[in-house]
Amino acid sequence: MKKNSQEPAACADNHFQLRLYVAGQTPKSVAALSNLRRICATHLDGRYRIEVIDLMKNPQLAQGDQILAIPTLVRNLPKPIRKIIGDLSDTERVLIGLDLRGLQVSKANKNAGA
Amino acid sequence: MAQRNSSAHHDIPTLEKARTGIAGLDQISGGGLPKGRTTIVCGGPGCGKTMLGLEFLVRGATQFNEPGVLVAFEETPEEMARNVASLGFDLKDLAERKKLSLDFVYVEPSEIQETGEYDLEGLFIRLQHAVDSVGAKRVMLDTLEALFSGFSNPGILRAEIRRLFRWLKEKGLTSMVTAEKGEGTLTRHGLEEYVSDCVILLDHRITEQISTRRMRIVKYRGTKHGADEYPFLIDEHGMSLLPVTSMELQHKVSNQRVPTGVPDLDNMLERKGYFRGSSVLMTGAAGCGKTILAASFAEAACKRGERCLFIGFEESMDQITRNMKSVGINFEPWIKKGLLIHRAWRPTQYGMEMHLLRIHQLIEKYEPSNVIIDPITNLITASTEKDVHSMLMRLMDFLKEKGVTSVFTSLSNVGEIAESEVGISSLIDTWVLLRYTELFGKRHRGLFVLKARGMAHSTQLREMLITSQGIKLGPAAALLAYRDREREPQLDHQAALPKSVRSKGNRRTAALTRRSSRGAR
Repeated sequence: MKKNSQEPAACADNHFQLRLYVAGQTPKSVAALSNLRRICATHLDGRYRIEVIDLMKNPQLAQGDQILAIPTLVRNLPKPIRKIIGDLSDTERVLIGLDLRGLQVSKANKNAGA
Repeated sequence: MAQRNSSAHHDIPTLEKARTGIAGLDQISGGGLPKGRTTIVCGGPGCGKTMLGLEFLVRGATQFNEPGVLVAFEETPEEMARNVASLGFDLKDLAERKKLSLDFVYVEPSEIQETGEYDLEGLFIRLQHAVDSVGAKRVMLDTLEALFSGFSNPGILRAEIRRLFRWLKEKGLTSMVTAEKGEGTLTRHGLEEYVSDCVILLDHRITEQISTRRMRIVKYRGTKHGADEYPFLIDEHGMSLLPVTSMELQHKVSNQRVPTGVPDLDNMLERKGYFRGSSVLMTGAAGCGKTILAASFAEAACKRGERCLFIGFEESMDQITRNMKSVGINFEPWIKKGLLIHRAWRPTQYGMEMHLLRIHQLIEKYEPSNVIIDPITNLITASTEKDVHSMLMRLMDFLKEKGVTSVFTSLSNVGEIAESEVGISSLIDTWVLLRYTELFGKRHRGLFVLKARGMAHSTQLREMLITSQGIKLGPAAALLAYRDREREPQLDHQAALPKSVRSKGNRRTAALTRRSSRGAR
C-alpha cells in the first residue's frame, strides 16, 4: 500500500495495480499466486504490480478491502475496483474479472487474421 | 424477588447460561442464552431481530462485563448506531471504550468474480481480529444470510457456515445469528440445520390494525424453557418481554389486611378489609359507583403512605381528580407526593399485550403496593374477550406474585353478572357487586359482597350512599322501603307512596303525572 505513492499518477491509465489477499501458505493461496503471475506475464506485459497481503500476519487489513473470501484478488487500478475470488485457476474468468477479455479477444482475432 | 429466586431452582445446572439482561427473556429461557454456543434468531422483516441482537451485545458489555463483536452484513455500524440511539444505546461510545467491536461486512455480488476454489477464511480472520481487539465473549452476526447473495457457490458457502458455527463454539463465544424467516422453514437458507442449541423465533402480527410482536423459543437444547409465544415490546428502554403464562401458583400469601377505604365495607369483611396482595373485583352497572369505591381504596392506601397506581381506561387524570372531589376524595396532594400515580390511556391504543406490558413496566418502575384498573371491561372494545381474559389472568398472576393488592372495576348490566366476569372470577379473591334496586320509584344503590376468599364476610345487600364525605353503607336493602316511607315523604317520589299520603290536591297530582310521563319518555 505504501508503494502506491511511488507510482507515477500519469501511468495509471493502463497500469494494473493488483493486490492478492491470502491467509498463510495454503495450497489455494499458492495456486492463486502462481496463476496470477502466469496470467499477468501473458496478458499484461509488464504493466502491472502485484502486492501480496497475508491476512494471517496483518488481519486488520481485511476490513479495508472488504475481504471475506480467500484468496481474493483486488484490482485497485484501473478503476473501478474489481474483485476476483478463488484460486484463479479459470483463466478465462480471471480475464473477464480483470476486464482483459476484450484485449484477449482482439489479439486472438488479429492472430487469426494474420 | 423471593419468587424469582425460587424459580431459579428449576434450572438445569449443567448448562451454563449467558444472561441477556432483557426483561423477561432471561426468565423464559431459564437464565439466558446457552453460554459459549450459538443462538439463531429468525423472523420476518421488521420483527426486531437486529434489535434483540444489539441489546444482547450492549447489555452484555454494560451489565455483565462481556464485551461483544457485532458483524453487520446489511447495515453499516453508523446506521445501526443511529437506529439504537433512541433506546439509549451508544454504540460509538462502547466501541471507543473497547467494549464493543463493530465490523461491517459488505458483500456486493456484482463486484465479485469467482474463479476456482476459495473459502471464507477472510471472515474468520476478521472475526478473530475483532474478538481479540476487545476480548469479546459475545458475537452477533446480522444477518449471516446476506452471504448467500454474495457468493454463488452454495457448496462452499454451506461448508463455510458450518465451519463458522463450529469455530464460534470452539472459541466459547456466546453468539447470536439472525436470519430471515423462510417459507415453511425457520430460516430462508436453513441455518437451523447447523445450529441446534437454541432457536428463537420472532413474529410481528397485525390483528385488527393493532400490531403485536411476539417471541417464541422454538428450541433450546438441554434446558427447560417457556414454549409459548410471548409478546414483547420495543420502546425507549429497549426490549421487554412478558413471560406470561410461566407463572406457577406459588405466590406467598399475606395474612395482613388492608382497609377498603370505606369503613362500612371493612365491617362487612370481618371489620378489617381486603387481604393484602389479593385481587378485588368491583362490578356493577353504569353509574353505580365503581370508580368511587375504587378511588376510596386508593385514597386510603395513600393515607397509609403506600404507593398506588391508578390506571384509567375511561377518564383522564384531571377528570377523575375533579369528579372525586365531589365525593370528598382529593387526589391532588397524593399525586404531588408521588404516592398516587395515575395513568390513563385509550383501550384501543394498543393490543392486549401492549396494555399488559405497559402495566408491567409501570409496576416495575413505581413498585406500587396497590394497583387499580378502571375499568377492565373497556379493554374488550380493543380486543376479543378471550384475549382480555388471558391478559387479565396474566396480570393478576403477576400482581399476586408481587404481592400487590389490586382492584379491578368492571361494567356489567343491571343486576347481571357478565360473561366476562365469570371468566376471571376464579382469579378474584374478593368480589364486590354493586347494583341498583328500585323501590317505590327510587333507584337505590345496593352493595353486596359476592365472595371473599378466606374470610367470614357479610352476605347482606346494603344500600350504598354516595355522600360528599365518601361512600357510606346504609342498612340492609330489605329495610329500605320502610325507611323511605318514613324519612323522605317531601321528595319527588311521592308517587310511590300509599294513596292516603299522596292525595294532597289535584294540582300536585297533575304535576306528578306530567313528570312521570316525561320520565317514561
